[in-house]
Amino acid sequence: MTFEMPDFLLALPEIWVLSMACLVLVVDLFARGRESALAFHLVQFTLLAAAWLSIETQWGVTATTFSGTYVADKFACLLKVAICLLTFLVFAYSRDYLRKRDLLSGDFFLLGLLGVLGMMIMASAHSLLTVYLGLELVELCLFAMVAYDRENRVGSEAAMKYFVLAALSSGMLLYGMSMVYGAAQSLDLAQIAAIAANGESGLLLAFGLTFILVGVAFKFGAVPFHMWIPDVYQGALTPVTVYVGTAPKIAAVALFVRLLVDGLGALHDQWQVMATIIAVGSLAVGNLFALVQTNIKRMLGYSTIAHVGFLFLGFIAGTEEGYSAALFYAITYGLMAAGAFGVVILLSRRGFEADLIEDMKGLNDRHSGFAVVMLILMFSLTGVPGTVGFYAKWLVLKAVIDVNMVWLAVVAVIFAVIGAFYYLRVVRMVYFDRRSDGEPLEASTGLRIVLAGNGLAVLVLGIFPDSLIMACKVALAG
Amino acid sequence: MIELLLFYVFAAVLLFAATMVITAKNPVHSALFLVLAFFNSAALWLMAEAEFLGIALVLVYVGAVMVLFLFVVMMLDINLAPMREGFARYLPIGALVGCVMVVEMALVVGSKDVNLIHGGPVTSAAEGVGMSNTKALGSVLYTVYAYPFEIASVVLLVAIVAAIMLTHRRRPGTKQQNIDRQVRVRKEQRLRIVTMAPEKRK
Repeated sequence: MTFEMPDFLLALPEIWVLSMACLVLVVDLFARGRESALAFHLVQFTLLAAAWLSIETQWGVTATTFSGTYVADKFACLLKVAICLLTFLVFAYSRDYLRKRDLLSGDFFLLGLLGVLGMMIMASAHSLLTVYLGLELVELCLFAMVAYDRENRVGSEAAMKYFVLAALSSGMLLYGMSMVYGAAQSLDLAQIAAIAANGESGLLLAFGLTFILVGVAFKFGAVPFHMWIPDVYQGALTPVTVYVGTAPKIAAVALFVRLLVDGLGALHDQWQVMATIIAVGSLAVGNLFALVQTNIKRMLGYSTIAHVGFLFLGFIAGTEEGYSAALFYAITYGLMAAGAFGVVILLSRRGFEADLIEDMKGLNDRHSGFAVVMLILMFSLTGVPGTVGFYAKWLVLKAVIDVNMVWLAVVAVIFAVIGAFYYLRVVRMVYFDRRSDGEPLEASTGLRIVLAGNGLAVLVLGIFPDSLIMACKVALAG
Repeated sequence: MIELLLFYVFAAVLLFAATMVITAKNPVHSALFLVLAFFNSAALWLMAEAEFLGIALVLVYVGAVMVLFLFVVMMLDINLAPMREGFARYLPIGALVGCVMVVEMALVVGSKDVNLIHGGPVTSAAEGVGMSNTKALGSVLYTVYAYPFEIASVVLLVAIVAAIMLTHRRRPGTKQQNIDRQVRVRKEQRLRIVTMAPEKRK
């Protein structure tokens, strides 16, 4: 193999995040005891700077480096910006929560930052090896974060389940990758795409494709590989749940697009049917099981599964519009989910998790402003026009209808209507139910501002979604 | 000639050690025989000029995995009697699995296509590339695969951070030294000078 010097500047966002993570690791060691404030602010600064660096160095270029294992393009750039900004939001929610429970330490933010690095690596992966290593990096951070509160038995159990199931799915993914490697004789996604396009060794590729799809569906938490989602969402600390529920979904879109669109896009006909089964299953299981939940974190977990079903519609369409709609869905879903869990964090206090749906009762009496935020978020998750959730659903449905799969769109809409019930039930509790102990909210000013901003962002994006939709389209057009 | 002799010596010791691993009564002996088996297979790999695999086997398995294994075996207080109870019960299924494996091996070894016994032309691992395989690996590991290599190192870093975070945590109620405060302590905090009238002896 010939070797040419890699263009390090192209990978500047990743190099920046890694260097800062090492710095935070050392700084946190010496600045402990003061609530890890320095580590927290450094991590937040790193995330913002990484988003800026991604735009500066990668928007508008399409180039590979590191001997074809790394690619910088608009798709990667948009994903990295979204991942960094969403994680910034999640960490802003987390700090207050952890401080109140004496759990605050730099490790939490450090692991989160390294997880972000893994997601960025996945977004820029151009070889099966890089995809897999990025994925492992993310998952390792997630396991540790789910088990973060050692005293909490439910959390440890959730981490154990997650670990075992994720290891199994990684095995599936690797098995599929080895089959694809055997067929293409190369780890490079461009080479694999070339082999898949010319139609030789189709059976071996299709065999590998099946296992890869299983692995990818697990990372999304799509039915029938969704078992870990409710337990992990419920068992983990709420800040960890927000982390698991937002940015990794965007990284999963990267996983799907890199492996199954960039790599095996020529086999779209073969994975379309499988993806359809996964989508319909996710819509059904997610929405129906969410109806009967009493724990709001678990309910939002099932709601995630339902949303993943919707997101898959974009992939099923298999057009550029479809993929960009799926990307738009993932980003906006991340924003909505972060807000919904943010309200749970807002209502909780030391010794009281506020994780039952009933705990939402009477929020309007306690603080009418946050009741409006919750109203906007729930309407957006339902897909009511005027919120960003409506455009997300509309775009994927349009993509599916454009490829003449009207029946799938009808199924999706029916389940969305069923899903409206459990979102609107929360709204009813917020506005029309009384609560005996109307204690005032304890949250700090910072948390209140962040949450209000999150609600506002959902509303503003719902009124002016054009720029983000355009960005998603441009990202996948290149 | 000497090579052939060495091969048979290593192979014989390997087979002996492997048999002892499953027949030794003491689990510590089993583990030690496994170390011996690893060493001999490493030697066989060295003879096949696959020196990287040989070194990796010794470093990783003998150096790390087996030591860990020995620790676990020695730390767990294993009562051997209950483990032997099921022997007769599991004998038929064990024998069946063993037979299937022997037949499969016979098919592979005896097959005309594979021809392991009489052997085709043996090409050493070093041929074809023009350099030893350690060198060949090294030449791509830090150049072509530099990026995945670095990511793998980050994965290991996360593993260390996560392991320390999950296991090393201060519990309330444990007694610890606080060196900072010990050094900063002042005389006034520890010593109280009392003035008292001298006692008179009666």
